Amino acid sequence: MLDIQNLHAGVDDKNILKGISLKVNAGEIHAIMGPNGAGKSTFASILAGKEEFQVTQGTMMFEGEDLSELSPEERAHKGVFLSFQYPVEIPGVTVTNFIKTAINQTRKAQGLEDMPAGEMLKQIKQVSEMLDIDRKFLSRSLNEGFSGGEKKRNEIFQMAMLAPKLAILDETDSGLDIDALRIVASGVNKLRSDQNAVIVITHYQRLLDHIVPDFVHVLMDGKIVKSGTKELAYELEEKGYDWIKEALK
Amino acid sequence: MGKFTEDDLKKDLETKEYEYGFYTDIESETFPIGLDESIVRAISKKKEEPEWMTQWRLEAFKIWQSMTEPEWANVHYQKPDFQNISYYSAPSKKPKYDSIDQVDPELLDTFRRLGISLDEQKKLAGVAVDIVIDSVSVATTFKDTLAKKGIIFCPISEAIREYPDLVKQYLGSVVPQKDNYYAALNSAVFSDGSFCYIPKGVRCPMELSTYFRINQAGTGQFERTLVIADQDSYVSYLEGCTAPSRDENQLHAAVVELIALDGAEIKYSTVQNWFPGDKNGKGGVYNFVTKRGLCETRAKISWTQVETGSAVTWKYPSCILKGDDSIGEFYSIAVTNNYQQADTGTKMIHIGKNTRSTIISKGISAGHSQNSYRGLVKIHARAQNARNFSQCDSLLMGNLCGAHTFPYIEVENKTAKIEHEATTSKIGEDQIFYCNQRGIETEKAIALIVNGFSKEVLNKLPMEFAVEAQKLLEISLEGSVG
Repeated sequence: MLDIQNLHAGVDDKNILKGISLKVNAGEIHAIMGPNGAGKSTFASILAGKEEFQVTQGTMMFEGEDLSELSPEERAHKGVFLSFQYPVEIPGVTVTNFIKTAINQTRKAQGLEDMPAGEMLKQIKQVSEMLDIDRKFLSRSLNEGFSGGEKKRNEIFQMAMLAPKLAILDETDSGLDIDALRIVASGVNKLRSDQNAVIVITHYQRLLDHIVPDFVHVLMDGKIVKSGTKELAYELEEKGYDWIKEALK
Repeated sequence: MGKFTEDDLKKDLETKEYEYGFYTDIESETFPIGLDESIVRAISKKKEEPEWMTQWRLEAFKIWQSMTEPEWANVHYQKPDFQNISYYSAPSKKPKYDSIDQVDPELLDTFRRLGISLDEQKKLAGVAVDIVIDSVSVATTFKDTLAKKGIIFCPISEAIREYPDLVKQYLGSVVPQKDNYYAALNSAVFSDGSFCYIPKGVRCPMELSTYFRINQAGTGQFERTLVIADQDSYVSYLEGCTAPSRDENQLHAAVVELIALDGAEIKYSTVQNWFPGDKNGKGGVYNFVTKRGLCETRAKISWTQVETGSAVTWKYPSCILKGDDSIGEFYSIAVTNNYQQADTGTKMIHIGKNTRSTIISKGISAGHSQNSYRGLVKIHARAQNARNFSQCDSLLMGNLCGAHTFPYIEVENKTAKIEHEATTSKIGEDQIFYCNQRGIETEKAIALIVNGFSKEVLNKLPMEFAVEAQKLLEISLEGSVG
């Protein structure tokens, strides 16, 4: 599904990603861990197409197309979804109105008619029940005055509504208490299928107890320095990152 | 809506044939340029006005001559040459175009995106429309319904002839001839406009729109509107049109007077979309408007406006809260793009006891435009327990535009409670990227953000108007980021 080869990228003259290679197949969950400043969030932003970053070398093939040639919305239309670490506020635009616009714009790009209102409401109801989201929440302005947990739950709500092929969860666990974490994780798990894939970016192993990865990669100084299975996450939790640094020297 | 148009137009043509049947050169009749007493007299004569009206105009003309054009507004423009304007042009009964193919495709494209029907498009662009003989004329039904309730809704020139007592009593009672430079000019030379009277205790069963008024589809250069809501009556009045109005007249100076007698309520909604000039700021309409309403005891006046057009706008729909327990409201969205300039706001004059006013102003600036809110809240000495809440929000797009707020507050009574809130924000790249990531393209993202920002005001518009206004905001800001 996703095949990244020797990806170099940065902002202005500063290199942040220094040769990342990563293959993600449908049905897989990959975790990317690493210390602060390793380039984890930059990696997520580059996959989604944030303009301020430039790809200087390498390729990001997604379902046979190079992502770097697509605009952010085109990537979204192909099924790339980023759950933001810091979701922005859009005053006066309700959660419902926003998701409706997102879905219909995506359908339009795919040559489909708008989703009928009845169908939309049905899906919204199903997903909000699954994520234990209150109806009142849906008529609030997007992320305005939301708690950290509400923002993250809203990201997962949108993910469930848009049903992407590749979901990138950037620090989705930060700001969540244990109950919210469980709800969000179970939401992600319910959406899993052999047709889609997830990249989980996190500092901590605790999210990975709930969303169990097939592979764990350690990102340090813009490179994937170690890959393994979920056991690697436990090892990192126990020993920190320093031992890997040492081993690299 | 198509049917209205055709019937309207049919009537329109019939009436004109009748009205101007004696004139042979009507199509080409335009007064020579320039303004003096004889022109004022000639306009009055053309309108077959009684002597008192002619005198009233002449009085206004004298006052205007003694005044100078105001300069305090935060706008910069080449002052119009008042001696280089023709002040009267007979309505042409000849369509501008024979077929829709001759109309500027860009204009038609805008009409299409606003969801305006083909028949309406033709009418707005001035294309000859085939007259279909329909079994029931909707326009006639409309008139009948109003007449049964005793509601008068007609061109102001007709009202001057048919209802002189009402006009005499109220014309100039809220905006006197000497009120300001442009009001004086309007009083001297107005040739178009609407008159509306709602009798005691009557709730007008439908929204009154100039759109339905025969003979008055187009907008005049100097429009005069007078709305009188008698005791305990209610009316909702819609002015303007979302369709872009291309007008050769550069200067527009309208006067609108509202009178809400005891317990009456007037809701006045405007969508203004006059030609704002091109991308480089060339051309465009100057819109210098005086709008004011008077509230007697327990009366309520609510102004809602969506302003997207004109090169220069200078407009302050105001309320004089004369009666005790009266209410004034002002809800406004003003959009400026490219080189547009808007200086707009309101005045809430609290005179009666327990008077309340609310001001919600949303300014959106893009391109090189300048958008100013100017508002006055005045509490007179005898206005016990007056309350005002004002909220002025500005949204900026890009780094070249400006948003300004000039709030004036004058309080002469200690019991007054006044709140003023103001915010300024910018559409952020992060917001756009977030929307893009969800599959929403940039233009649509801006529309979404702007509509969210304007929501409190859009919600105050009558439903159909609100939908059109939303589309209009979208179109007005196209190409403003990028």
